[in-house]
Amino acid sequence: MNFFFNLGRYILLMRRVFSKPDDSREYFKAIGKEIVFIGYNSLLIVFVISFFIGAVITIQTAYNMTNPILPTYLVGLGTRDSMILEFSSTIVAIVLAGKVGSSIASQIGTMRVTEQIDALEIMGVNSASFLISPKIIASLCTFPILCLLSMVVGIFGGWIAGEFTGAVSSDQYIYGIQYMFIPYYMVYSVIKSVFFGVIITSISSYFGYFTTGGALEVGQSSTKAVVNSTLVVLLFNLILTSILL
Amino acid sequence: MIEIQNISKSFRNTQVLFDISTSFEEGKVNLIIGQSGSGKTVLLKSIVGLHEVDAGNIFFHGRNFTTMSFKERKEIRKEIGMVFQGGALFDSSTLEENVMFPLRMFANMSVEEARERANFCLKRVEVENRNNLYPAEISGGMQKRVAIARAIALNPKYLFCDEPNSGLDPRTAIVIDNLIKEIITEYNITCVVNTHDMNSVMEIGDKIVFIYQGKKWWEGKRDEIWETNNVELNDFVFASELYKKIRKSKL
Repeated sequence: MNFFFNLGRYILLMRRVFSKPDDSREYFKAIGKEIVFIGYNSLLIVFVISFFIGAVITIQTAYNMTNPILPTYLVGLGTRDSMILEFSSTIVAIVLAGKVGSSIASQIGTMRVTEQIDALEIMGVNSASFLISPKIIASLCTFPILCLLSMVVGIFGGWIAGEFTGAVSSDQYIYGIQYMFIPYYMVYSVIKSVFFGVIITSISSYFGYFTTGGALEVGQSSTKAVVNSTLVVLLFNLILTSILL
Repeated sequence: MIEIQNISKSFRNTQVLFDISTSFEEGKVNLIIGQSGSGKTVLLKSIVGLHEVDAGNIFFHGRNFTTMSFKERKEIRKEIGMVFQGGALFDSSTLEENVMFPLRMFANMSVEEARERANFCLKRVEVENRNNLYPAEISGGMQKRVAIARAIALNPKYLFCDEPNSGLDPRTAIVIDNLIKEIITEYNITCVVNTHDMNSVMEIGDKIVFIYQGKKWWEGKRDEIWETNNVELNDFVFASELYKKIRKSKL
């Protein structure tokens, strides 16, 4: 019952979120701020995580390739495909669910418990649209870019790790990352990242928007936002993969 | 003028307001008083539509707010200013941006015009040369004043204040009370103030509605409070020894 209650309330909230904005000037200003907050401020964590994931995939793949018949350039191919197909979209999305999702839920939740959302409503502002839609639009713009950057940094991390540990030579690695490249994999990954961006921002906003109580409940909303958006991201990962591949 | 008729409100299985009817006059300070938990804030938030009432009607100058569509309500809300208990200023905006916000959203003004109006409102509430500070950088009393400035920025017809001087020292509380009184008289606003501060009742209250356990228990003018025999009201208003003595001397 609780699931259906939340689902219904989420759909009704999204209807309000995507209604016509009250003032386009303030709206575009808010989108700009959110792009910086969601995208630019997440660059460092995405770079660090992607670099290390790429490095670890390279070392692990090389370690597992004990058969001498297998050419070493397959290490590069494995790193490339792992990063493009799964890690750059899904793992980065899960990390961002923690960073961006908890931040959105606590930001909107604090606004709710300190009556700032009520103040917006009293002024005649559609608070759901004003607060949530710039975040969703910003995530639509930034998540694909973060995903693409993550691919580049992850593959670069794999190259550095292969070179420094001697797991694979530069020539072999670079040959491997170009070998049998299927551009559609990137499209698939970017499509997933768009969905994940919308899922993370909308679910986190939902939990923040309906926070009641005080500081304790804001924390609880933040936790719920991260847990639920991560679960939905994983579910959609499965659905989208079965549809798109 | 605001008129409310037979308002009831409950949350899940708990009824908070029971069949409340009253009216609030223009250009007067109408106070809703009562103990904590009596339903004052729920009543105030129901009047402005932040809570949907279960039964009853609310009229803003004859316009039935309860039967209006979302769009129609939005128009009325542009005529409403509200000061919340904690100020409810936007944390991420400066004081000037806070006051400019409703102007930028609804007044169709240029940035310069909105800034000019915001500065006028801030000056009116005696907050000057602090435009670029954030709410967290100023005192509680000043936050309330900025909240009043934001509430009057669009020249509202109706002003609602939810415990505007709670958490303030007595001197600052009086300053806030006087400011509300002056602004209401100056702009002929219909004003409803929620309070349990007896100084406010005695200083600025024109009409007083006493809420007890979610019901309208008493209503009347400020001077009538001294002579009332209503036991619950007397228990509430004259709870302190000081007020008991004052009442004795008055009678």
